[in-house]
Amino acid sequence: MSTTLKIFLVLAAFALVVPFVPGLIYPVFVMKVMCYGLFACAFNLLLGFTGLVSFSHAAFLGSAGYVTGALMIRFGAHPLGMPAALVLGVAASLLVGLAIGGLAIRRRGIYFAMITLALSQIVYFLAVQFRWTGGEDGLQGIPRGNLFGLDLTSDTTMYYVMLALFSAGFLFVDRIVHSPFGQILQAVRDNEARATSLGYDTDRFKLLAFVLSAGVAGYAGAMKALVFQLVSLNDVSLHTSTEVVLMTLLGGVGTIFGPLVGAALVVGLQNYLATIGDLVTVVIGLIFIVCVSFFRRGFVGEFLHVRRRRAERRARAAPRPEPPPNDAPVAEPA
Amino acid sequence: MSDYALVTEGLTKAFGGFTAVRAVDLKVRRHAIHALIGPNGAGKTTFFNLLTKVHRPTSGRIVYEGADITAETSAAIARRGIVRSFQISATFPKMSVRDNVRVALQRRLGTQYSFWRSMRSLAVLDREAMALLADVGLADYAEANAADLSYGRKRTLEIATTLALDPPMLLLDEPTQGMAIDDVDRIKRLIRRIAKGRTILMVEHNMSVVADICDAITVLQRGEILAQGSYAEVSADPAVKAAYLGGGHA
Repeated sequence: MSTTLKIFLVLAAFALVVPFVPGLIYPVFVMKVMCYGLFACAFNLLLGFTGLVSFSHAAFLGSAGYVTGALMIRFGAHPLGMPAALVLGVAASLLVGLAIGGLAIRRRGIYFAMITLALSQIVYFLAVQFRWTGGEDGLQGIPRGNLFGLDLTSDTTMYYVMLALFSAGFLFVDRIVHSPFGQILQAVRDNEARATSLGYDTDRFKLLAFVLSAGVAGYAGAMKALVFQLVSLNDVSLHTSTEVVLMTLLGGVGTIFGPLVGAALVVGLQNYLATIGDLVTVVIGLIFIVCVSFFRRGFVGEFLHVRRRRAERRARAAPRPEPPPNDAPVAEPA
Repeated sequence: MSDYALVTEGLTKAFGGFTAVRAVDLKVRRHAIHALIGPNGAGKTTFFNLLTKVHRPTSGRIVYEGADITAETSAAIARRGIVRSFQISATFPKMSVRDNVRVALQRRLGTQYSFWRSMRSLAVLDREAMALLADVGLADYAEANAADLSYGRKRTLEIATTLALDPPMLLLDEPTQGMAIDDVDRIKRLIRRIAKGRTILMVEHNMSVVADICDAITVLQRGEILAQGSYAEVSADPAVKAAYLGGGHA
C-alpha cells in the first residue's frame, strides 16, 4: 500500500467519526474543506505537476456549480437527478476547460496566465448576463435531492455522500499524478524542450492536464453547489481563482496533501475568525507573507523536505556498502 | 534508396534583415559521423534548430530518408527517429536517473496519455532502462536524482536517454562542450560506439574529437558552406585556414 493511501485512510477514518462529535468539528465545515480541498488539488495538478499557472479555476468551479444547481432546481426530485446533475456539471467544466485551455495552451508563463484570466472573466460576465444563472442573485435554494432514493436533506447523510465523492475525486487526482501520463507531465514540467525532443507533443499533454484539472475543479464546484444549496457570482470571480493559488502555496505546491492542508487552513481561518470581519483577509495575508518569506515549500512541502534531509543525513552517517563517489570516473563502456 | 540519410536543399533562415543560414546544401551519408564546424556565429546552432524545427526555415527543403520533413513539428521528427541532444545538458532534473531513461522508453508502450492507469504498468520497462544505464556506466546512480549528477554524467545520462529511443539518426549539439579531458575521451568513445548502424550529425568545437571520430566535415562560415570533405581535405583547405586563423578578415 502506498504511503499516500495510508495517510488518506487515516484521514478518512477521522472524517468518518466527525458527525458523532458535532461539538468538536462542525460537519458542514468539513464538507466545505472537502470542496475547497479538492478544488485546490485540481489547481495543484496544473501548478505543481504540470508547471502551469492558471487564473481561470473559478470559471470551472462556477460553471459546474451553475449547471448542477440549475439542473437540481428543475429535476432535483428525480431519483437520478443528483448524479445526473453532478455528471453534467462536470461535463460543463470540461467543456469550459477545453475552450480556455485550447486557446491559452500555446502561450508560455505569464502570457498563458493572462489569457486564462481574461477568458475566465468572460465566464464571469456570462454568469452575470444569463437568465438561468440568476445574474447578481446567483442560484439559491438548490435542493440536495436524493441519491437513488436516499434522502440527502440531513447534513449527516449528505456528509457521508460527500465524503465518498471527495475520496473518489482525491484518489483520482493521485492516480493522474502517479500514472504513465503523470510521468510525462513531470517530464514536461522539468524540461519541456527535452520532452519534445523525445517525441512527445507537449502541448497535447498540457492541454489534457488542463482539461482534467478543470474537470476536477468542476466536480468540486458541483459538490459545493449541492452542499451549500447556493451558487453565487463569487464562485466564478477572480477572487476565488486567486484564493485557490493561496491555498495551494500555503499547503505545499507539488505535494499530494498540501492543497488539502492549505484549504483547511484558509477555510478554517475564514470560519473561526469570521467574527473579526474583513480582518480575516489581513490575517491570511500576513500568514501568506510569512509563508513565502520563511517556508516557501508550504506546510506539507517543508515537512517533507525536512524529513528527506534527515533521512539523507542518517544514510550518510550509517556505514554502507561502497557506492562510487560522484566524481569517480564512470566505468568504461564495454 | 540514396546513400544519404539527411539532405538539405538551399536551406535558408533570415531573422529580419540578418541571414543566419544561407542556401545550405548539406548531405549526410547514412551511418556516417558528420561534423558541422565553424567559427562562432557561423550559424551552426541555427542550422541545427532548423533541422529540429525549433525555427521554421525561410526557404529551402529538408529531406530525411526520402521524405520531405520541412513542415513537420519537433515531436513528429523525433518520432521519425531524428533525436537531438542539447548544447546544455538536457535531463529531467527532479526525476531519478532510471526514470529519465524510462520516460524515453515509455513512448513505445503507447500509454503516454493513460491517466487512469497505475504507474506500476511502467515497471516492465525497468529492466531495459537499467540495461541502458549499465551500458553507459551509470547503473550505480539509477536511484539518484538527475540533478545531483556531475556535469559529465548528466551528458552521459542524456545519451542513454537518447539511445532508449533507438533512433536511426542523432543530432548532437556540442556533446563535449565544457567537459574535462577524461570526460571528453569517454564521450568520444561512447559516440563512436553508438554510431554503429546510426547516422550522426554533430556540432563540435573540439578538433581532436572531430579529427578522431568524424567521417565527414562541413565547415560553415557566416551562414554559408565554406568547405566540405574529410578531415584531411578540410584542414588543408586555404579558405578554412584563413577563417580559423583570422587571415580572412577584410
